[in-house]
Amino acid sequence: MTALPLLDYTLRLADNALILGHRLSEWVGHAPVLEEELALGNMALDLIGEARVLYAYAGNVEGKGRDEDALAYLRDVPEFRNTLLVEQPNGDFALTIVRQLLYAAFSCPFWRELSASRDATLAAIAAKAAKEAAYHLRHSAEWLIRLGDGTAESHRRAQTALDQLWPYSGELFEVDPIEETLVARGIAVDPRSLRCEWDHTVDGCLAQATLDRPTDRWMQTGGRLGRHSEHLGHVLATMQFLQRAYPGATW
Amino acid sequence: MELSVFCDILMRMYTQGLLGSNGTDLVGQEPEERLRHFQARIDAEEKIEPNDWMPEAYRRTLIRMISQHAHSEIVGMLPEGNWITRAPTLRRKAALLAKVQDEGGHGLYLYAAAETLGISREEMTEQLLAGKAKYSSIFNYPTLTWADIGAIGWLVDGAAIMNQIPLCRCSYGPYARAMIRICKEESFHQRQGYEIMLTLSRGTSEQRAMAQDALDRWWWPSLMMFGPSDKESQHSDNSLRWKIKRFSNDELRQKFVDATVPQGHHLGLVFPDPDLAYDVTAGHWRFGPIDWAEFRDVLAGNGPCNRQRMQQRRSAHEDGAWVREAAIAYGEKRKGSAAA
Amino acid sequence: MPLWEVFIRPRNGLAHKHAGSIHAADAAMALQAARDVYTRRGEGLSIWVVPSAAITASDPADKEMMFEPTASKIYRHPTFYKVPDDVGNM
Repeated sequence: MTALPLLDYTLRLADNALILGHRLSEWVGHAPVLEEELALGNMALDLIGEARVLYAYAGNVEGKGRDEDALAYLRDVPEFRNTLLVEQPNGDFALTIVRQLLYAAFSCPFWRELSASRDATLAAIAAKAAKEAAYHLRHSAEWLIRLGDGTAESHRRAQTALDQLWPYSGELFEVDPIEETLVARGIAVDPRSLRCEWDHTVDGCLAQATLDRPTDRWMQTGGRLGRHSEHLGHVLATMQFLQRAYPGATW
Repeated sequence: MELSVFCDILMRMYTQGLLGSNGTDLVGQEPEERLRHFQARIDAEEKIEPNDWMPEAYRRTLIRMISQHAHSEIVGMLPEGNWITRAPTLRRKAALLAKVQDEGGHGLYLYAAAETLGISREEMTEQLLAGKAKYSSIFNYPTLTWADIGAIGWLVDGAAIMNQIPLCRCSYGPYARAMIRICKEESFHQRQGYEIMLTLSRGTSEQRAMAQDALDRWWWPSLMMFGPSDKESQHSDNSLRWKIKRFSNDELRQKFVDATVPQGHHLGLVFPDPDLAYDVTAGHWRFGPIDWAEFRDVLAGNGPCNRQRMQQRRSAHEDGAWVREAAIAYGEKRKGSAAA
Repeated sequence: MPLWEVFIRPRNGLAHKHAGSIHAADAAMALQAARDVYTRRGEGLSIWVVPSAAITASDPADKEMMFEPTASKIYRHPTFYKVPDDVGNM
């Protein structure tokens, strides 16, 4: 952890956006239908855009001259602070949609609440991200409903995906001292306050999708502390390759 | 049988090509007057719209051209898509992703335009995946380094723009309108590619070598994008007469060379053509012989990446079948309950 | 997947304009596809999607339609016509 809570907090948000955006971008050329190719790419672009402004702000807050690329391309796994959910592999389309729904059902109210942050920069970023997240939520919810209430096979895949990713949902609502400090200062949003709305959104969607909500058992954790799944290493190895292979070069 | 039913059936037989199996036969059977009237509209620069009468050969040619163009955009997403996850900066990552998305969108506009002529997206997809449809041969080459992304933007998009701008004046309305929309969105693609090349050419010695290597590999395939030499092209005459194509292959290729060579020299790069020389009198860059054997090979399915590209498209299509079925099933269920 | 025609109003004060078509299984997905394809993350737009088969078109200007039924669909070619079952194989 750094000495600056605001830096850590901003990096978490930036890392979430980058890793999820990167994962979605992996669908290029592989989507089930051309229209969806564009939809997934558009969501990826939204997220990468969010990541960029957040990294830029984080670099400012840190004040050591690190720009968006230094933060995205030159940190190793233990320094990344994204939630484990976003680094999970795309799997099949059902897994990607479930991952997106669980995340967007959180990020939508999150950005909305953060638009009232006392930190003007975060508030502005949040206001824009809220609109994007609203679309991501609608898109993934509509798809999950169709997959759940489509064919027997799509239902099976959707339920499997839900069961597989459910243990990553708890981490979204964790709070640590950094967050508590910033919440007290009116800068951050207490994720626990979003739990009710998240449950309502997710339950509503699952009901229409004729899917069963998995039981809350043990939840995965560790992202904030840089304790990631094995997947993040491979993501970064791919993403950061050129910067690492040609240190100091301008691209 | 009622006259209207008879006419209906006859028309279906006519448009399904059962009255003639190839374009030229059908032209012979089409009423002289209609053909003359149609040609007069073309000569007067009128746009032909989906519900207008058109010679069968015109319709067939357009379906072939537009669907090939659409397939090219879709397959073209693959060599560039190959580098999205490895793009070396966030700005490049976002720009490349946006470019590839644009290409997907362009493919969509073009499939939509082709569908106005009576072919369905399913049929076109099937033709592509079965290897029966052609697409631009350039996309059968691999992207081996980040510099290839620069080269593709600079050269391939540059060549595509040369082809596309005249198509904005194509006689067929939906195609012309799709092309106008596409050209508006293309403007940043080529600039982005050139800018990548510029950055590399001003970079480390490794980056400069990367840029030179990319030009060495992409130059000749880019020239081949304009198609066979005018003497050899079988489709040109009607295409020019019906204002589907507005310039010949060789004309466009020369325009491209003249525009691009100075750009490459500005980058400090050397073109892989010992015969490249400026003809002062004519005001053109003369270039060496194109290896048409390579072009024919790649067109016939024997390029470095043909099979791989098709395999990726096939997998995406097959792996996604359950998703499409689910969407349709859901739609059917809703229709059923709405009707009840 | 059925074909839908897309109409977009880019700004207030202008009318909806035909932008093209997309494939989608139902209306909600058609709206989303139209947004993703024809507005590319634009905002403040109005989008209409209509099943292509639902559109009725006027006769083209040329009156000499030997085989053309009146009040036709927007595309004259077979894909968009239903062949009656009793006509059988063509």
